[in-house]
Amino acid sequence: MHIDNFATGDSLLHRLDPRVKIVVAVLFSVVVAVADRYGCLATAVCLSLALLFLARLSLREVFLRLLVVNAFIVFLWLFLPFTYGGEKLFSIGPLDATREGVIYALLITVKSNTIVLALIALLGTSPIISLGHALSHLYVPDKLIHLLFFTVRYLQVLHLEYDRLRDAMRIRAFKPGTNVHTYRSFAYLIGMLLIKSFDRADRIRKAMLCRGFHGKYYVLSHFELQRVDVIMMVIMMLLVSGMASLQWIILK
Amino acid sequence: MHISEGVLSAPVLLTGAALTAAGVAVGLKKMDYEKIPQVAVLTSAFFVVSLIRVPVGPSAVHLVLNGLLGLVLGWAAFPAILVGVALQGLLFQFGGLTTLGVNTFTMAMPAILCYYLFGRGIAHKHSGVATALAFACGFFAILLSSLLVALCLIFTGESFLQAAKVLVLAHLPVMVLEGVVVAFCLAFLMKVKPELLGATHAAG
Repeated sequence: MHIDNFATGDSLLHRLDPRVKIVVAVLFSVVVAVADRYGCLATAVCLSLALLFLARLSLREVFLRLLVVNAFIVFLWLFLPFTYGGEKLFSIGPLDATREGVIYALLITVKSNTIVLALIALLGTSPIISLGHALSHLYVPDKLIHLLFFTVRYLQVLHLEYDRLRDAMRIRAFKPGTNVHTYRSFAYLIGMLLIKSFDRADRIRKAMLCRGFHGKYYVLSHFELQRVDVIMMVIMMLLVSGMASLQWIILK
Repeated sequence: MHISEGVLSAPVLLTGAALTAAGVAVGLKKMDYEKIPQVAVLTSAFFVVSLIRVPVGPSAVHLVLNGLLGLVLGWAAFPAILVGVALQGLLFQFGGLTTLGVNTFTMAMPAILCYYLFGRGIAHKHSGVATALAFACGFFAILLSSLLVALCLIFTGESFLQAAKVLVLAHLPVMVLEGVVVAFCLAFLMKVKPELLGATHAAG
């Protein structure tokens, strides 16, 4: 399992303070998610492409991610053009597609991809651990951050544990198929993984108690807002508020 | 069963976020600091399990297992699923920030209901009854989740009605599959490590 795929790099966005990135990402997503005016969305598309360019990520990797994200969107395309009332555009057999329906589906596609691109560029470029650290500065409850840290910490460990169990099954010539044997074997595999995790958690708890854990997680590196962080934040905030005003204030 | 960004309307997104915030607050309150490693390691385990591709006929599906998660974690299922959904967003770009609330709620709410509905039943003396209830738990969790996702779509716009209907119907095989897997898994756990299901119950 690969964690932090896009987080290695040395672009402007990789170096930006994660707190700034989280705040901008939240505002940007919220505005785009509820927007429906073309001016606003066009600006959003440009901004997310600009961010992607600034982050200097492998475009092929980003494109592959987008393909996966669009599975749900493709599913909606099967229905929306035909179920949204309006002027008839074309028909397939007995089904009439409307102009409004196609525009609506297109709108959703653009919004979804724009948000995901911006999120990859902004949040993908920080390791999860520094995002968690940044969240704790942004008043997210302590317990939730601890939960996130521990979950990330043990994700790879448990994936290795899973691989080991899966190898053991493979050695015994297990071939998954559509039958009760497969489902029972997977169920026992899951049960075994849960038991191993449960026992491991108990050892972790004891080890932490031995080391005097009392509900505080100390971080060794601290954030410091640099001038470039402030400048970038101001620019991005201005652009996002520009988008918002194109949506809500400036009339046609 | 994630809803992508940019699909749902603002009221639906807000409702989802508010309900999830409330559920997570209760979950965090019931989970003291000593429980964090346990909940976290089990969250990772469920995350890893959700990556398994299980063949169903010509295609393959991923397991959700939110019913089982509810039985094991109780109210801690809310923060656990929130972390899971957030990680899926960060690692694979499924879902995102504005849909975090909705996507968490549609999976965590059924988990909590399973905890209350089937928590005691699965330890029933009669193994037939216990198996039937375990199957019902897995089946019901996915049924409710897909109904909640469908409702989110319908509340966004009536034009989603057809898509929502098909979405629920398409999940029927997954419901049966999850029922079978949860039934086998619980039978295994009750035999090998019943504390796993009892520990959180005593606390919750």
